[in-house]
Amino acid sequence: MLKLPIYLDYSATTPVDPAVAQAMIPWLTEHFGNPASRSHAFGWEAEAAVEKAREQVAALVGADPREIIWTSGATESDNLAIKGAAHFHQEKGRHLITVKTEHKAVLDTVRELEREGFEATYLDVQKNGLINLDVFRAALRPDTTVVSVMLANNEIGVIQPIEEIGAICREKGIVFHVDAAQATGKVDINLAKLPVDLMSFSAHKTYGPKGIGALYVRRKPRARIEAQIHGGGHERGLRSGTLPTHQIVGMGEAFRLARETMADELPRIRALRDHLLAGISSIDAITVNGDMAHRIPHNLNVSFAYVEGESLMMAIKDIAVSSGSACTSASLEPSYVLRALGLDDELAHSSIRFTLGRFTTLDEVNHAVDVLRRGVGKLRDLSPLWEMAQAGIDLNTVQWAAH
Amino acid sequence: MTYSNKVLDHYENPRNAGSFSQDEEGVATGMVGAPACGDVMKLQIKVGKNGVIEDARFKTYGCGSAIASSSLVTEWVKGKTLDEALTIKNAQIAEELALPPVKIHCSVLAEDAIRAAVDDYRKKHGEK
Repeated sequence: MLKLPIYLDYSATTPVDPAVAQAMIPWLTEHFGNPASRSHAFGWEAEAAVEKAREQVAALVGADPREIIWTSGATESDNLAIKGAAHFHQEKGRHLITVKTEHKAVLDTVRELEREGFEATYLDVQKNGLINLDVFRAALRPDTTVVSVMLANNEIGVIQPIEEIGAICREKGIVFHVDAAQATGKVDINLAKLPVDLMSFSAHKTYGPKGIGALYVRRKPRARIEAQIHGGGHERGLRSGTLPTHQIVGMGEAFRLARETMADELPRIRALRDHLLAGISSIDAITVNGDMAHRIPHNLNVSFAYVEGESLMMAIKDIAVSSGSACTSASLEPSYVLRALGLDDELAHSSIRFTLGRFTTLDEVNHAVDVLRRGVGKLRDLSPLWEMAQAGIDLNTVQWAAH
Repeated sequence: MTYSNKVLDHYENPRNAGSFSQDEEGVATGMVGAPACGDVMKLQIKVGKNGVIEDARFKTYGCGSAIASSSLVTEWVKGKTLDEALTIKNAQIAEELALPPVKIHCSVLAEDAIRAAVDDYRKKHGEK
């Protein structure tokens, strides 16, 4: 028996894996010590747990445990990385480069630096959501100090050419930050090889708890950043604040599980995602947003033409998904990511992001396909635009009565 | 967005959804709104020889409130003369459906759709 609504919003957050929750509990009740307490066993055991978790996180991404700094999540990691590097190098230059399709945690951080007097370039992407390397090269300036590009996009799941961008940054001595919140457990990451200086991670996108994340800070060659939160000098002075042992243990366990299960999990999720796409491909006039080849296997983002976004969400209320429409989010604008791909407002509004995960089943995907077919079918039967399109009328030539 | 039960009822069970053939005797069409604004309503009326609206159809691209507003007016215009139909005001539609302030424009559009359909009928039949 299917439990409704069906959760297909794993890029918003994931459930904590039961094994992760189990691992966390003792660190709340029995082993409650402060990892910074050096004078007794309560502190020592907590510190050991924190260091074990640091190794687990480092192992998933091919880093040295000493390169992992705990934060409250990817948003804080992005802030620490970008502000920290921009401030540290501000004598050298005050120009930053990022991309229009980045997460708000990066875009708003860069905007804040602009208010402080830094200059920024926001790169356009191609229709498929990927950066054109020539466009990137052309944006570089002698005073460029920091570049921030995400690994996997949260809305359309596309994977940016991080290795190539990193190589260019390395050659020019520019600090390269990568937001990998949506990539851990979904893409192989090997920081021993990747030319990346700073990388942001989140636990709750990878079956860990909310409220914990990490920043990778490269040791060789050493990435230099200024701390943004000051206090007791925790985390080598880069991020003060008492470490939440249970959260850290949770993130460590989640990343350990990801490392162990990735090889089996990714093909399974990819097959489900492709099954979903095959199922809805029988619906006319749909477009998949974002490159399908360079994409995490969990993500599908589709626009349904000739139906309006808010009514579409009503029609598919049995499936929990994210919409490119204003009506389901706090902002009034349609998705800026989809608009950066060149979609017009109407199509952006009638777009849906499906993100699958560890606990998604074939039955759930089949049900979602049914719901979509019925919902889109019903709304198109009601849609004068669909009727006109079927009659061969080009809607762009219609003179609409303004209101 | 939370919808009133009446909006949900019209959305789940739209009344008089569909189209009449343009060539059918006594049929007139009003189309209002624009895709870029998020709503397009098409309201059709079928007027009898006695000048009374015998039947109506709608198709709407828009949110649940827009669909409900147009579904509701197809019920309301039936049995009315053209002049009577023009007395239907957006405030009545909004009140009947308990539309929240951000959705008042849906009721305005429904009122506009009635006027557009009536205008179309009068134009076709040489009335003023």
